[in-house]
Amino acid sequence: MSADTAPETTDTTSAKPLIRFENVTKRFGENTVLDNLCFSVQPGKHVTLIGPSGSGKTTILRLLMTLASPDEGTIEVNGRHLYPAQEKERREARKQIGMVFQQFNLFPNMTALRNITEAPVRVLGLSRDEAEARAKELLEMVGLGDRCDAKPTQLSGGQQQRVAIARALAMRPQVLLLDEVTSALDPELVAGVLDVLRDIAHSTDITMLCVTHEMNFARDISDEVLMFDAGRVIESGSPEKIFSDPEQERTREFLSAVL
Amino acid sequence: MNWDWSAIADFMPRFWDGVLITLQILVLGSLISFTLGLVWAIGFRAPTRFIRWPVHAVTEFIRTTPLLVQLFFLYFVLPEWGVQFSALTTGTIAIGLHYSTYTAQVYRAGIDAVPVGQWEAATALSLPAHRTWIAVILPQAIRRITPALGNYVIAMLKDTPLLAAIGVLEMLQQARLESAQTFQYTEPLTLIGIAFILIAYPASLLVRALERRLVR
Repeated sequence: MSADTAPETTDTTSAKPLIRFENVTKRFGENTVLDNLCFSVQPGKHVTLIGPSGSGKTTILRLLMTLASPDEGTIEVNGRHLYPAQEKERREARKQIGMVFQQFNLFPNMTALRNITEAPVRVLGLSRDEAEARAKELLEMVGLGDRCDAKPTQLSGGQQQRVAIARALAMRPQVLLLDEVTSALDPELVAGVLDVLRDIAHSTDITMLCVTHEMNFARDISDEVLMFDAGRVIESGSPEKIFSDPEQERTREFLSAVL
Repeated sequence: MNWDWSAIADFMPRFWDGVLITLQILVLGSLISFTLGLVWAIGFRAPTRFIRWPVHAVTEFIRTTPLLVQLFFLYFVLPEWGVQFSALTTGTIAIGLHYSTYTAQVYRAGIDAVPVGQWEAATALSLPAHRTWIAVILPQAIRRITPALGNYVIAMLKDTPLLAAIGVLEMLQQARLESAQTFQYTEPLTLIGIAFILIAYPASLLVRALERRLVR
């Protein structure tokens, strides 16, 4: 993983990156959210994006999920173009990516189980039985094996978020995007969700891109931390290095404000 | 003023014919307006303006011209171009079409009220557009708007007498024909007034019951 805007460029592994941003610029009106951004993520790595709000972290996840499109630049996932690309190509590339949202975004008209099986049945073409068996395993894994038939409104925020994680994983994505997944939770529910994610990080080889304000969690699961400011990566490195001995003054300021 | 019960008895056969026609217009007109309204509403959100623009133009045109004018146009002008239906068919289509432009706005409001996160989750799961609509968006939208749609059914019921203008034998027209023969206006007109209440009131109760069930 490398970030060419960062002062030091570490770890230029020869393996092909799974995610590649090249000269990506994203503007909202006058505001440049991502500024000629280049970075890449190797397969299986867990990368945490930190930085003040408005620094472009969430935008990166949204671009990868095709919820927004860049104004300039190239984004590739597993050798397939996400941007620029034809709609069909983009759809194919997108199937390799799953996302968990800050607000869970479960479908309130479906049970927990149905939330998880809908896409595997309709998109991957699994039979309903297969999809349900797999969904039950996933619900078991996130500690909700007994809540298959619950509607989202009958679940706590933490439970909803765990269902949402299971739903994303059911599509067997290569990349999991986590967008401030605990920010909307009551404090006592945060740990349960983070435990599940820790488990996934340690027991699978899924690539994770994580935007979070939970610095302890970031330290725990990350292989690499990217510090963003004003649409650029200003510093990157191992969590040990970034959290204990950052080089940039801006990183130090940010960390002392949030830790 | 003398109330003559025998006039009511004499009116009964015609009255029932009228009730059946009115109900038929109401049911079929509602189905047309619900279906077509949904088509318009999805058209409002089409990815290309080559669909959006004409849909807006057509629905605005229909919504801002009077139903009576549309009835006359469909019944008297279209046959000149070789398109001819019975008065009942024409009237039912006209009222359904007219009200579809109102239900379209209701659907639109319901669809707009579905949080954007729902669309995003559907995208994140790569759900195809038709599944996103059918499985995710519409069930949530329609829950919210069922009461509003129900109100348009009642409004439509009250507009069915307009079809008398092109000779459809709904309740009002039957009452007029009866009165023209017997010169007794009070009894038939009173009876159909009551009949409108008897149809509309249960319908509004049903709407309220649906509202309690669906909107929480």
